[in-house]
Amino acid sequence: MPAKGATRVFVQALALLLAVVYLIPVYMTIVTSLKSPEEISHLQAWSLPASANWGSYSIAFRRFAPYLKNSFVLAAVATLLSASMGAINGYVMSKYPFPGSRVVMPLIVFGMFIPYQSVLVPLFQFLQKTRLYGGLPGLIVVHVVYGLPITTLLFRSFYAEIPDELLGAARIDGAGFAGIFRYLILPLSGPPFLVVGIWQFTQIWNEFLFAVTLARPDAQPITVALANLAGGQAVSWNLPMAGSVLAALPTVAIYVLLGRYFVRGLLAGALKG
Amino acid sequence: MHSRRDELLAVLVILPSIVLLAIFVYAFIGQSIKASVTDWGQRAALSLNPEIHYVGMQNYKDLFTGFLGMRFRQDLTSMIFFTALFVVVALAVGLGLATLVDHLVWGEAVLRTVFLFPMSLSFVVTGTIWRWLLQPRGGINQLPTVVGLPAGQFLWLSSREQRLAFDWAALPHYGCWMLAIALGALAWTNFRRARPGTARRQAVATAALLALAVSGVARRLAILDFPEMHGFNVAIWGVVIAAVWQQSGYTMALYLAGLRTIPDELREAARVDGASRFQIYRYVELPMLTPITVSAVVILGHIALKIFDLIFAMAGPDHAPTSVPAITMFLKTFRGNEFAVGSAIGVVLLVLVSLLIIPYVSTSFREGGDQ
Amino acid sequence: MKSSRWLRLMALSTMSMLLIGAVTVSAAVGGRLEIFSWWAGDEGPALEALIKLYEKSNTGTKVVNSTVTGGSGVNAKAVLKTRMLGGDPPDTFQVHAGQELIGTWVVAERMEDLTSLYEKEGWRRVFPEGLLKLLSTDRGIWSVPVNIHRSNVMWYVPGNLAKWGVKAPTTWAEFLAIAPALSAKGIVPLSLGENWTANHLWESVAVAVLGPEKWDALWNGKLSFKSPEAVEVWKAFGEILKYTNTDAPSLSWQQATDMVVRGQAAFNIMGDWAAGYMATTLKLKPGIDFGWTASPGTGGMFMMLSDSFGLPVGCAARENALAWLKMLGSKEGQDTFNPLKGSISARTDSDMGKYNTYLQSAARDWKSNVIAGSLAHGVVANERFMNDFATVMEIFLQSCNAQAAANAAQAVAIQSGIASR
Repeated sequence: MPAKGATRVFVQALALLLAVVYLIPVYMTIVTSLKSPEEISHLQAWSLPASANWGSYSIAFRRFAPYLKNSFVLAAVATLLSASMGAINGYVMSKYPFPGSRVVMPLIVFGMFIPYQSVLVPLFQFLQKTRLYGGLPGLIVVHVVYGLPITTLLFRSFYAEIPDELLGAARIDGAGFAGIFRYLILPLSGPPFLVVGIWQFTQIWNEFLFAVTLARPDAQPITVALANLAGGQAVSWNLPMAGSVLAALPTVAIYVLLGRYFVRGLLAGALKG
Repeated sequence: MHSRRDELLAVLVILPSIVLLAIFVYAFIGQSIKASVTDWGQRAALSLNPEIHYVGMQNYKDLFTGFLGMRFRQDLTSMIFFTALFVVVALAVGLGLATLVDHLVWGEAVLRTVFLFPMSLSFVVTGTIWRWLLQPRGGINQLPTVVGLPAGQFLWLSSREQRLAFDWAALPHYGCWMLAIALGALAWTNFRRARPGTARRQAVATAALLALAVSGVARRLAILDFPEMHGFNVAIWGVVIAAVWQQSGYTMALYLAGLRTIPDELREAARVDGASRFQIYRYVELPMLTPITVSAVVILGHIALKIFDLIFAMAGPDHAPTSVPAITMFLKTFRGNEFAVGSAIGVVLLVLVSLLIIPYVSTSFREGGDQ
Repeated sequence: MKSSRWLRLMALSTMSMLLIGAVTVSAAVGGRLEIFSWWAGDEGPALEALIKLYEKSNTGTKVVNSTVTGGSGVNAKAVLKTRMLGGDPPDTFQVHAGQELIGTWVVAERMEDLTSLYEKEGWRRVFPEGLLKLLSTDRGIWSVPVNIHRSNVMWYVPGNLAKWGVKAPTTWAEFLAIAPALSAKGIVPLSLGENWTANHLWESVAVAVLGPEKWDALWNGKLSFKSPEAVEVWKAFGEILKYTNTDAPSLSWQQATDMVVRGQAAFNIMGDWAAGYMATTLKLKPGIDFGWTASPGTGGMFMMLSDSFGLPVGCAARENALAWLKMLGSKEGQDTFNPLKGSISARTDSDMGKYNTYLQSAARDWKSNVIAGSLAHGVVANERFMNDFATVMEIFLQSCNAQAAANAAQAVAIQSGIASR
């Protein structure tokens, strides 16, 4: 509800000021990434570069290209799989509750809150035994499975809003479990798939613990590559900053383009939202 | 209703997911618990077939009361301070932002985007950026010089200052006091509510606890045979700031959605009753946001308890003043080869998160019913 | 492990459910050699040169160069250990020679004995006795050292010292005598970086206070960490720390070196990779733009560390790995790698003409000095000790209590099997 009178100016000004504060790290990141290594010093951290030096980006990109590719493959495949499985699960949970499903659902949802440190050691042993350890397939499996709770939950609440009468009508027309899903539910699933897809893609793209422990060097995603670059030795700050921009670009782009759905995912993630 | 065939099909279709989660969540947790009560091959932990002996609760005992568990105990303290600060600050900032954005006349979409976009970044990116911003001789500390003021001197992540120090050995003593105060308060309410029986029983328990505390008996129940001070590491502030920068947009979005769902008739009714703008905010809008606050506390709280990548990227794994149990777990497991101890730390984290999550999830689903 | 059958059962059921499980990662053997290391960035070119040399004499073998950097080396360890635990070792991997190798991998029976390789190549004659002792147990020799770095070196800029009217101290007492005057001028007497560089400084102080024999005694359990001499180390260390920079934890070792180069600090104690950094990255002239001496009180001592490669039991390409190790130990291999890496050859017969001024002086010392093993770089203590020593350091930095740190160090030594009760 818009403010009125003098408060209006105050509110507007304060909000702008806070926006500037929130953008400070962005300014610093971009300015630093465009400086040449010799130009970077603590004392001149805030000044603009004498001239834009895009070299850091080409170096960072060359170094990061394979890891960016890993992240893309990983996030895309895992998102697709976990969203599809989540859709089916959500359909069952909301429309075909089975004996015990009221107990099973909270048990499923609990899985999205656990600290992954508490499953890490058995997890990598398991992946070793299944010969999935080290490559992208293994990481994909892990992200799909640990993504199931949230995708199931989100689809369940979306599908709960589809009136049961519609299903009843379809059933009278002779459609069964699969037919209803295919011809009634799926056509209505565009928005939920978008919300779940954006949420999962961002989560998987940004994940670090599994990435650093379960992938061989050639299968590591971008978060690990960035942490290695920034935490490694003898790097002047232009490279990590350029690398941060590259690592952040896809998810920020998604956010700016599809922000509406992103927010909906966030809210739904809070269970009751 | 549903045909038998369809019902069977439904169960078959969801079964793979249930089995996978049963393995990846519950069976693995079971395995971790099992590993945490062993010695896992001791010094030859990396054998193909490590010799594993059952040692009971020894690893947990060492963590909480052993001589060398000091790092873990400080980590635990830091984690609790971090969680409290992060949740409170992120809620306050988010509520403030939501209130502001809600009252904006123009530019709402743009400003909302600005406040929310850090949410889409990874903790590794946020950590890398803030590592540079919090360099003691640069970044934020240099900001005042842009307008001609002297540079800041705070060491941020490098600071070794510790506040609110307490003696870990005397935890039973502190616990006694806290329990006494809580019980005393309960007794007082029950007394006021005219339940003298309960009130009397609680008063007696309070008195007993107070006696234990005051007489020094609780102090002699020390869990360490040496005093060990832990407290709030000031360096944690840097991590809090970075985490709030990233996550406050989330609380803003939650609160904003909450504010937007409050029906205008409610505000209108209050205005007719002569309430001022502030009074409407304070007595109509804020109370409606309470359930959102509960959700946000749980979500942010569990993120904070699990925090790992942010600190890893900001300060590195070896920087004790900002370390938390998740980081020590990583080091113990993969550098110290102490897989059993690493598992034990993982289990402790799980228990802490569960204390927060289980009541929340179970009440959510009970209230939600079967939809 | 008893649970393995259970795990396999779970594995099977999962496999059948996951269509994508079909993709496996087991590598085809034959013309392949996988090397696992943490060398990248500045150290990359030296490793590349070795790989080229290897591919020249082993045509048809493709070298897969797996590097994991960052996280103070702990990331590389995480990846290596998760692989080894599942019985999927790389063909050969980089590891610090000494207890980091022995205490983790040899005791777990994951390494092959290389004695026959040493016999065949005549390496027992060309590697110094002191080094062989560090690489061996009574059951074999476990890795091939590629290089030698020196840990106890103090760096400075000669011109700056002249300007400030001080000389490089030869004992810590001398250092403590000149430090207050430097501080008064606003110069940091000794620059320090993040956590591990404090351990690095500590070992230089310790070997100076204890001398090489007692230093060794500490690691074979003959001298207690609670002995008066060992407590003295912490006291001296505490005095020295007073003259270091307050923002140390936020600096990398290079930034700590930069402080000396830029004249913000007088001295820095760092391994001799700092010479490579200053000569190659900063393009400074050894001996003119920067100077060095043994860290105070350690003249005549060479505290060494070495990167080495071993042969894991059950690796996929054993023959290729053996050929790699053979090349690493050869004179040509060592003299190809080390001038680029900024380290010296572990062999006593290397071609000195290929090395710069600093490295020549280090090589002379290597042949004549008393050799001690580094703690901070995995030579004298196993990883368990190393990991918990960080806690000991923390106890000291937080409390500045030498006795408490000494007690904690002894407790760690007992727990990690270095000292007995």
